[in-house]
Amino acid sequence: MSKIIEGLRYADSHEWVKLEGDIATVGITDYAQHALGNIVYVDMPEVGDEVVAGEDFGAVESVKAASDLISPVSGEVVEINEALEDAPELINEDAFENWIMKVKVSDTDVIDELLDAAAYAKICEE
Amino acid sequence: MHIKTISMKYYDKLIFELSRPGRKGYELPADNFGTDGMADIPADLKRTEPLDLPEVSELDVVRHYTNLSNKNFGVDTGFYPLGSCTMKYNPKINEEVAIMPEFSAVHPLQPAESAQGALELYYNLQQALSNIAGLAEFTLNPYAGAHGELTGLMVMKHYHRSRGDEKRTKVIVPNSAHGTNPASAMVAGFQVVEVKSKPNGSIDVEDLKPLLDDTVAGIMMTNPNTLGMFETEIVEIAKLVHDAGGLLYYDGANLNPLLGKVRPGDMGFDIMHINLHKTFSTPHGGGGPGSGPVGVAEHLVEFLPNPRVRKNEEGKFYVDFGKDSLGSVSTFLGNFGVMMKAYAYILTLGKENLKNVGPLATLNANYIKESLKDDYLLPIEGVCKHEMVFDGLKDKSTGVTTLNVAKRLLDYGFHAPTIYFPLLFHESMMIEPTETESLETLDEFIDVMHKVAKEAHETPDEVKNAPLTTLVRKLDETGAAKNPILTYKALKNA
Repeated sequence: MSKIIEGLRYADSHEWVKLEGDIATVGITDYAQHALGNIVYVDMPEVGDEVVAGEDFGAVESVKAASDLISPVSGEVVEINEALEDAPELINEDAFENWIMKVKVSDTDVIDELLDAAAYAKICEE
Repeated sequence: MHIKTISMKYYDKLIFELSRPGRKGYELPADNFGTDGMADIPADLKRTEPLDLPEVSELDVVRHYTNLSNKNFGVDTGFYPLGSCTMKYNPKINEEVAIMPEFSAVHPLQPAESAQGALELYYNLQQALSNIAGLAEFTLNPYAGAHGELTGLMVMKHYHRSRGDEKRTKVIVPNSAHGTNPASAMVAGFQVVEVKSKPNGSIDVEDLKPLLDDTVAGIMMTNPNTLGMFETEIVEIAKLVHDAGGLLYYDGANLNPLLGKVRPGDMGFDIMHINLHKTFSTPHGGGGPGSGPVGVAEHLVEFLPNPRVRKNEEGKFYVDFGKDSLGSVSTFLGNFGVMMKAYAYILTLGKENLKNVGPLATLNANYIKESLKDDYLLPIEGVCKHEMVFDGLKDKSTGVTTLNVAKRLLDYGFHAPTIYFPLLFHESMMIEPTETESLETLDEFIDVMHKVAKEAHETPDEVKNAPLTTLVRKLDETGAAKNPILTYKALKNA
């Protein structure tokens, strides 16, 4: 059973978001890292890049597959998790602790359109 | 006397490790010219350090490569059910034909009058493929499947451009497609638009309709689709795409089950490629070069790449360069040796036997599917074509994954099936037996698959640690992806 954390928001493409002020921290879920298997590379955006909700902002490569990362929010990337450059497997160890990017979001209301923990849990069960 | 036997299977040297300074297996004739061949080459183009080539004797070379070849697993050594790859038997007569000096010694620049036989073979093979596919003409020039896709998409582009229809920039690709499809479309300069597939892998016609407008150049499809199921709505899809002004591209990767039964041209496809190295029994997967002939319907013939082989009224063959052609995609006429093998395959089977290929491949696949569905999760019921996809073991409680099953099969002497593709399921296992396997081989494979399912319950750790009997045990795939050692130099420094 994959871990899902209460209080976070989720996209059906298996990214999680934590909004603090207008800064959104984005990562992939425990379910996603399980499905992918051993992660060997994370292709991250650069600080200053604009990301758009519903469009890809990078990719995760595992020994099984390469998968696009879909941004749940729109805005400017203000920080990326540089630790993942050398140690992408951190996501396998803890997908919620090891976020991928932080975004200064242009419209914080968008967050309400994302799934809550219960709704996301339902998707994972299907 | 005690004789210690060391299996040569355990040989693991690189040819560079055998190198000893000055050792060689040749002797060059004395220089009769007395000139310095290097004198005219500008100093800045000359190599400053010697080339790092292995220096070995003839016996070293023979033993080295013979030992390496003994470590190989191929269709000639065992069952190779690699889904989507059509690993059928490669008849040995193909090889005999391909090395005939009457063909292999022909120089590509030799005058056409002196190479009539080779040109006739090219011409006849393209005609045979046209008949098999229900299309007007083929070029045999592309070197492989993906190269054929690119060539076909270039034909698509030239067609729209010739009509002044420059706004068609999109190519529709099903989300279940082989990865080469979107990749080829990107390389050809198109924007890729995904169309959803239904649970059985078929294109969702309702999702397709709103995508079709005057910016769509065409759609790329396989039929049967990636899950091995026939696209029953292909006629409607073809009509929708054509009505919107687009073209239909057929990826020949899954042509085998249709051979002699259904023709892509009759289904409405305008362009297709064939993998001679799958459907027409020429070796592949490290076994030899590929060949990806591209066929087109009548209205696209003028755009095919140059050069082309034509026949004049007197029955003589000549090499032609069409003025509306998209240009050249290969040196000369492509991988000629592969064409010879495919031609030999078509002629040795003949029209009637060729018609049995598809039905027998389909029968074998369904036999395996029905025999394994009690232990392995079959997400899509119904009659499949040449291959089927299981979503791992039915009982997931043991923690044994598709990867573990695949590795365990190696212990039993079978090549693993394609795993973790298609991405539609988490534990995909794609099995394609082809028509060339006997009932006994299929039964043996089925027995072993059942056995592994049983082991997953009784001794799960053993399965998780498989392979247990192979020369190289479970590989560190993460390490290989993160810190690959790809050259001898890197190995020395590692």
